[in-house]
Amino acid sequence: MNAKVHYPTLPGNWWLKRPSYLRYMLRELTCIAIGAFAILLVFALLRLGQGAEAWQAFRAALATPLAIAWQLVALVFALYHSVTWFALAPRTMLLQIGTRRVPAGWIAGAHYLSWVVLSAIVLVLSGA
Amino acid sequence: MSLSNKPIVWLPFAAGGMLAALLVPALMLVLLLDALQLLPPGSLDYPRVVAFVSHPLARVVCVGVIALLLWHAAHRLRMTVQDIGVRSHGARQVAARLCYGAATLASVALIWAVVVL
Repeated sequence: MNAKVHYPTLPGNWWLKRPSYLRYMLRELTCIAIGAFAILLVFALLRLGQGAEAWQAFRAALATPLAIAWQLVALVFALYHSVTWFALAPRTMLLQIGTRRVPAGWIAGAHYLSWVVLSAIVLVLSGA
Repeated sequence: MSLSNKPIVWLPFAAGGMLAALLVPALMLVLLLDALQLLPPGSLDYPRVVAFVSHPLARVVCVGVIALLLWHAAHRLRMTVQDIGVRSHGARQVAARLCYGAATLASVALIWAVVVL
């Protein structure tokens, strides 16, 4: 009666086999940039609570060449997350007005519009 | 297993993903511009940032947004680790505990940081 447990085998590098698999993996790996940034924000709040000197030290650490390089890479990944997220939105949000389906382009467009507006608000609040 | 825990995991994942998509590039850009000294002088100076973040509503928003970002990243990382080849039941459990555990720890630190601010 003891049935053997069968694990399907898949080579660990399956995601290098096709461009679409690679794009999927890059999309999933955006979570590292997002997660690292969320932890950075927690750290920023902790430093802020420690006073003006700690806050200045935090900003100075972000201004080192290595930190700037990482921030550039993370920004590219974050942008890739945004683009892929908005591309999927019409498929995860099926909206109807009456009996008609809201066209996919409208849903994606609404997301892009919200993105532009919210980004502008963030930049204006920051002083940029 | 009668009830699936998927909705509980999925809702914050989706909410965090949406917030990440809408807000994170702009927030990253602000810190990057500051690092490159391209923001107007004084923009991110201590008094201004403290005054902004200390507002009760800002504190609540900080916790809500950052905690959802953490959860989003933790869930996606867990799934990616499985995709790359962590497939046995035990290893998947370890991966889940590490990912969600790290997100929980960071969330606790986040709440603490915002309370003592």
